[in-house]
Amino acid sequence: MTLNTSVQKSQATVAPVPKDDSQKRQKRMIADHFDRLARAKEDGRKVVYTFVPGNLTELISAFEMLPVLPEINALQSGMRGKSGGYISEAERAGHSEDVCSYVKCDLGMLKSGNIGPTGKVLPKPDLLLLSYTGCFTFMKWFEILQQEYRCPVVMLHVPYQAEGRITDEMRDYVVQQLISEVIPAMEQVSGRKLDAATLEEKMRLSARAENALVRVWESARHRPSPIDGYFGGVYYIGPIFSAFRGTTDAVLYYEELAAEVEDRIARGEGPTTPDGPLGPERYRLVVEGPPNWTSFNEFWRMFSRERAVIVASTYTRVGGLYDLGFRHSPADPIRSLADYCLGCYTNRSLPSRVDLLEKYIRDYAADGFLINSVKSCNSFSAGQLLILRELEKRTGVPGGFIESDLVDPRYFGRANVENRLQSYLQMLDSRRSSRAAP
Amino acid sequence: MKVFVGIDLGSTTTKAVLLDENGQIMGRGITNSRSNYEVACAVARDEAMTSARFNYLARALQELKGSGAEAARVFESRLLQAFRLALYLDELAALRARMIELVETAGERATASLRGAISDILDEMEQNAPSLFLENEGRRSDFFRDLAGAAFLTAAERISSARGLRFEALAWPFDRAILDIESELRALDFQAVLSRAAQRIGPEASSDNSLPRALEQIGNQSLEEASFVGTGYGRQTLPFPKAAVRSEILCHGRGAHRLFPGTRTVLDIGGQDTKAIQVDERGVVTSFQMNDRCAAGCGRYLGYIADELSLGLHELGPLALKSCSPARINSTCTVFAGAELRERLALGEKREDILAGLHRAIILRAMSLLARSGGVSEEFTFTGGVCKNPMACRVLGELVCENYGDQLTINIHPDSIYMGALGAALFALDDWRAGDPHLLRISQQRSSGVSEREPSACAECA
Repeated sequence: MTLNTSVQKSQATVAPVPKDDSQKRQKRMIADHFDRLARAKEDGRKVVYTFVPGNLTELISAFEMLPVLPEINALQSGMRGKSGGYISEAERAGHSEDVCSYVKCDLGMLKSGNIGPTGKVLPKPDLLLLSYTGCFTFMKWFEILQQEYRCPVVMLHVPYQAEGRITDEMRDYVVQQLISEVIPAMEQVSGRKLDAATLEEKMRLSARAENALVRVWESARHRPSPIDGYFGGVYYIGPIFSAFRGTTDAVLYYEELAAEVEDRIARGEGPTTPDGPLGPERYRLVVEGPPNWTSFNEFWRMFSRERAVIVASTYTRVGGLYDLGFRHSPADPIRSLADYCLGCYTNRSLPSRVDLLEKYIRDYAADGFLINSVKSCNSFSAGQLLILRELEKRTGVPGGFIESDLVDPRYFGRANVENRLQSYLQMLDSRRSSRAAP
Repeated sequence: MKVFVGIDLGSTTTKAVLLDENGQIMGRGITNSRSNYEVACAVARDEAMTSARFNYLARALQELKGSGAEAARVFESRLLQAFRLALYLDELAALRARMIELVETAGERATASLRGAISDILDEMEQNAPSLFLENEGRRSDFFRDLAGAAFLTAAERISSARGLRFEALAWPFDRAILDIESELRALDFQAVLSRAAQRIGPEASSDNSLPRALEQIGNQSLEEASFVGTGYGRQTLPFPKAAVRSEILCHGRGAHRLFPGTRTVLDIGGQDTKAIQVDERGVVTSFQMNDRCAAGCGRYLGYIADELSLGLHELGPLALKSCSPARINSTCTVFAGAELRERLALGEKREDILAGLHRAIILRAMSLLARSGGVSEEFTFTGGVCKNPMACRVLGELVCENYGDQLTINIHPDSIYMGALGAALFALDDWRAGDPHLLRISQQRSSGVSEREPSACAECA
């Protein structure tokens, strides 16, 4: 306890880390989005609640509707220290301790007035767009929201990539649902017909932003890596995984960000952490699994103090695996949206996830990989020990295992997590030394 | 002589191991981890230094020849006990002074009868001390807190009853004073304590001239700490340089591999951590798993069960071994297991059967961690404080064979509890050889006796 206090005090006296232009731009973009949501009813704009994996942002905005992503609300509540109270609220309403903490956090927030991260009330949904991409909990979540809001639900069922590839039948099945169910539901709620040219233009803008984002991800191949692809990475994915795909704002943001990152490479600089520049890179790691949000900066500092940089992570790809080549396409928007949904990380089989992690470990020349196994999320956590073993076998790179949770503060044990991480990093040191020994 | 110090600061005990320049174990020490970790480390290190000096003496006496040699060796074994007795008496004197100081500042509670009773109890403890060390080899603990606590409790119950005093009136000064005494670092004048110890056990055995010379030599033997590494549960709270801290996972792996070079899997069950560790042929950790958040299945679980049954921790294993029909205990939660224990006792089940079931329950949790870390292959070494429990060892052996075959070698060293400290000392030696040594610096001033304190502001809070 004393140690924590002294750390906090010493940090409080440190001058704030200057923000890059892209960070300031992102902050304005997010604030504007929540302003638009707060004014949605008076502006006559309809609101669609949906999920990050398999989100159809271009389609939603083509109907002039605004998206709300409950997972993002939950993680932001976690970062703002609100999730513990919201989860308790949901548990008082009868939801078990074992239910996904994103769900409970969202429900608790709803019960507590639905105040968004900028302090403004979020509008109720006019439509619940349930994109099912491997997470069964999504269905139950929106089932509950439907009872709360009494609004229509449209479901997009995305077949699981059990064999690690998208077949024509799978694609046709999703396209058919988009044409016959999702788009009509949106037309009915918005009172507009889909304008093909508008959608095409949004897809074009999406692809431009995605190109720039891939430049950012792949910058981590450099030594030192100019970015942290996990802790820093979750900020980078904010706009493209939430409301901004298909917008000029997103293109400006990602192109500005990519240029800043490329400048850092030119200057030989590493990533910036909450406490300033990282310093000489000591460990390059790949991470599987979502971060803990309730102690996010503390979690990050456990790595940055050891000068461990995350060069790639699967969590930052949950909203799109653009670095595997996928781009939203103006040439055939609906098929492209179907491919996007089918290709989500959460919709991929264990062997595909192992292949992807192996690729990251090799492409980014990682010294090790870590799994942060979260209690809440069966979709992510099931099979992670098998992934670990298989990756060690294939690459010879040692894996580490940490356990925490998404937004339930009760499941983040600082001492335990730090103990495991330091043990893991010291294990990497020992192995390096023993390899170096004659 | 240069020594290399490893300290394992656990949640229950703090262990220290000293190595020489060749990596040979010179001494080891253990003490209870107390509220002041710095003192716990210093005490464990002092214990290890003492142990090293006595080992040195024992080796010197082994080389003696002639008529006095056997008597000298007998003298040496008794000398260590007398040395511990002398230390115990010094601690008792400090305890007495602190208790009197507390009572005298306690306002209305400081009655003459209370002061008299405390004085009499301490007198009795001093009188009984020689039998505790010189006659009773089977004492349960070497820790001052345990020995003094048991002796005080016995005397205080009798005296309070005989004199019509409330037991609590005697207990509170002891409870306060023992915490203070344990948090205080006292200087150890090894030569002076050794001389007193030698005098106590009689001059007749030391008539041979070689013995006094040997005693003088060990007292004057310079033990220079050349490098230090700390590990264990409390390592983050210690004022060690960061580079002098190693994970206990690495240290247990390294220590186990040092004693059993064929080891490839290590299981360490400590007070509140269980760790399953895989090491390679050089003792370098290749993967590990440890318990998360919940400490059920660790040493504290057994401590809790012992408290529930009003048994000593060391009595659990032998009692469980008597079971002919182990109970099936499903609760791995410590609290639920306690409830299940009470319920089964109420239903008339035998204590040994319930205990056998509880031991199996905790080892099953360890088996899960072992499986997650990659299983057991080739040689398997069990480390940590729970190694001292024979039932835990038996159940672990059975389950390992059941799950991984009976062709495995299972190692349990009598000094398994020191494995983490041994690994830390090996890292300290590595650092020194690499030209990057670190030293254990204790910031707390050592006192020569009773420390001076401000009197308690409020007697009621004393």
